[in-house]
Amino acid sequence: MENLLAIAVGMILVNNIVLTRFLGLCSFFGVSRRIRDAGAMGMTVTFVMLCSSVITWFVYNWLLIPLGIEYMRIVVFILVIASFVQMMEMIIRKKSPDLYGAMGIYLPLVTTNCAILGVALLNTEVERYSLAGATVSGLAAGTGYTLAILMMAGIKERLELSEVPASFRGAAIEFVIAALLSMAFTGFAGVM
Amino acid sequence: MREFTKGILRRNPVFYLILGLCPTLAVTTTVENALVMSLAFLFVMVPSAAIISALRNSIPRNVRIPSFIVIISTFTTVIDLLIHGFLPRFHEILGIFIPLIVVNCVVMGRVEAFASKNPVRDSVLDAAGMGVGFSLAIIVVSAIRELLGTGSIVVFGREVIPALTGSPVGLMILPPGAFLTIGILIAIFRRRGLLKEV
Repeated sequence: MENLLAIAVGMILVNNIVLTRFLGLCSFFGVSRRIRDAGAMGMTVTFVMLCSSVITWFVYNWLLIPLGIEYMRIVVFILVIASFVQMMEMIIRKKSPDLYGAMGIYLPLVTTNCAILGVALLNTEVERYSLAGATVSGLAAGTGYTLAILMMAGIKERLELSEVPASFRGAAIEFVIAALLSMAFTGFAGVM
Repeated sequence: MREFTKGILRRNPVFYLILGLCPTLAVTTTVENALVMSLAFLFVMVPSAAIISALRNSIPRNVRIPSFIVIISTFTTVIDLLIHGFLPRFHEILGIFIPLIVVNCVVMGRVEAFASKNPVRDSVLDAAGMGVGFSLAIIVVSAIRELLGTGSIVVFGREVIPALTGSPVGLMILPPGAFLTIGILIAIFRRRGLLKEV
């Protein structure tokens, strides 16, 4: 039985999914223009990551391993995640238009977010967590993503008012900011 | 020919389009990792584009994304098994980033934007150009990081650039070094006018 607290702290701070594991970077840079959007994206990712961690755990341990076809994991995981997201989108649109307004446009983006598939793969073939471990890890990874994208959005809002050298404007300065954030998170490596 | 060359510098997928970042940052700690990753990437990208382009008139529009994903992930599975079989050391290092080629935005983006609308020959050239552009980008980034981070560049046991200094900047091979290198490279390219203006 692995230590659930260690998994949670590890996923949120020490091995932050965005800043030290480099997963989900496209949306991290793309959807962090305003804090509100970033929050909604973070929420969507956390929700999908939690559910997909649980689903892929069952698929891997109850289906792929007994059948001896672990090598099919890439195809199976991506299809399971994509259909789950599609289904979620339909249910939310039907049941709760408010929630759909907040999460709707981000759901399709999440399917091709490498963080979701990355965490599913980490949980199963790399770390071989138990069901509880995989659930905590999915939730914590999503929280870590939300934390990172919220910080980035906060800094980017301030950046609009500051004078950035011409060649650094846009993407370049964002990478430098990410480097500084990542440096701070690297410091947590000493905690574990 | 233009289809091939546009991806290499002026519309480089990494520096201009800011796509396909995850492997660019994660596997660029040493040049040899970047080389293996480039090969895997080209192996997935070119045949996927060829097949999708050949099937572009028979795939219904509504289910095109799942169909693309199945085709791309098939090639990814093949290269994953090949690397596992022949280069086990790299399979360990590159880890989940080989399976993650499936969700790489460069592959998906080019397939959706180009291969699904153009004839096979152009699609293959476009995919190869974008693939080479991506490879060059990660090799350049990894060369900078390895040189500064370890003081020398060693590729497959051979020293390409011998140790320059006894006290390298260890930060460069840690995660922050990856972000910093790409940020500064983009700024330099833009300053020299090598990239198409945004």
